[in-house]
Amino acid sequence: MCLAIPARIVELEGDVAVVDAMGNRFKAKTTLLPEAKLGDLALIHAGFAISLVDEEEARQTWQLIAEINEFQETRNKLSG
Amino acid sequence: MLERIHNAQGLIDSACRKLGRQINIMEVCGTHTVAIFRNGIRSILPKTLKLLSGPGCPVCVTDQSYIDIVLQLADREDCLIATYGDMIRVPGEKGSLETRSAKANVKVVLSTEDALQLAKDNPGKTVVFVAVGFETTTPATAVVVKEAAEQAVENFYILAGHKLVVPAMCALVSEKNHNIDAFLCPGHVSAIIGYGAFAEVVDAFSRPCVVAGFEPVQIVEGLAEICRQLADGKAQLKSVYKAVVTETGNVSAQKAIAECFEPADGYWRGLGKIPKSTLRLKDKYSRFDAFKRFGLIETPSEDTTGCRCGEVLCGLIDPQQCGLFETKCTARTPIGPCMVSSEGACAAWYKYGRDKKT
Repeated sequence: MCLAIPARIVELEGDVAVVDAMGNRFKAKTTLLPEAKLGDLALIHAGFAISLVDEEEARQTWQLIAEINEFQETRNKLSG
Repeated sequence: MLERIHNAQGLIDSACRKLGRQINIMEVCGTHTVAIFRNGIRSILPKTLKLLSGPGCPVCVTDQSYIDIVLQLADREDCLIATYGDMIRVPGEKGSLETRSAKANVKVVLSTEDALQLAKDNPGKTVVFVAVGFETTTPATAVVVKEAAEQAVENFYILAGHKLVVPAMCALVSEKNHNIDAFLCPGHVSAIIGYGAFAEVVDAFSRPCVVAGFEPVQIVEGLAEICRQLADGKAQLKSVYKAVVTETGNVSAQKAIAECFEPADGYWRGLGKIPKSTLRLKDKYSRFDAFKRFGLIETPSEDTTGCRCGEVLCGLIDPQQCGLFETKCTARTPIGPCMVSSEGACAAWYKYGRDKKT
């Protein structure tokens, strides 16, 4: 439950942001991370940005998520 | 990346040889539990290093009495229950939220904002948000409680079940028969509370506390740092998740929590009552308290199913030592919360670890 995913802030008005994670865009709030700016990468948990994160860390996490998805798909194909 | 893993593995091997005894490292985060299994990390560790899955999954540590209260509210015609998806399958005395969702008064939400919106969209209903989770999740609840107050949303309530990680860790190592040598501390809880928050565990109980991220290399490097400390006879506070976790954490989020909540004694599955380990709404926000609104009190009940989730959560047994594991309790027919939650130790053992006698 405590998993947060990195996403880039692509729109920001007040504390309401649109963020992009691996091409998926969704709404998130920056209420808990007032220093977040447009273009920043942030960890998003349950609709809220909780921490800034650097490019390298975000890239590695996205890569890991992509690998897990690929692994799950292969696993499903093999078992199904 | 592989080189870093090999280096860390080498450090772990030499530290374990130097120690020459069994050591037990507990992870206190459901996401770590799953990542450790999914990446096969146990398979590269020496036999003398045992990983224990501690009370790191919010669903798993939620006491049965809380679940029964949620189900009781879900049966009321005037209530709408808003919950994160994790809680939906947890069985209570009378079914689960999943069996109620057919009646359309149980809604899965992805964010606390969605729960508040549900209240605004349904003025004729009393909307109760099932507020569980550790410090990563709590600030989001605090934000909407404050918003509900500012916007005078009359029909929004929360059933406060948020928990604090550090008091649970202290409770575990205060027990006489505990077997925990060190803690691998949760990455995203620490993003909020800061790694400095674990100082109490290091100082009062001399247990190394190392915060790690969720990628395989970060987990293995975290374990290597712990093994190094143990081999050197040290107990230190450290983060190997530097890109995200600072010593002081997210101060804005901590302020949001402190604005709405205060620590109270609370019940944990398997660990019992732990002083100042749960969060209740402060008096100024008590009108949003579902316990008060409906006159509810958590009264821990004895589990009569034979489920040993409590001992699993304390690191006293592995899931396969429970008589129900894989027999009556399976992923399809879960009996205890550690099998229900995808982040539970039993679910992870069932999915990934059945062939490995680690």
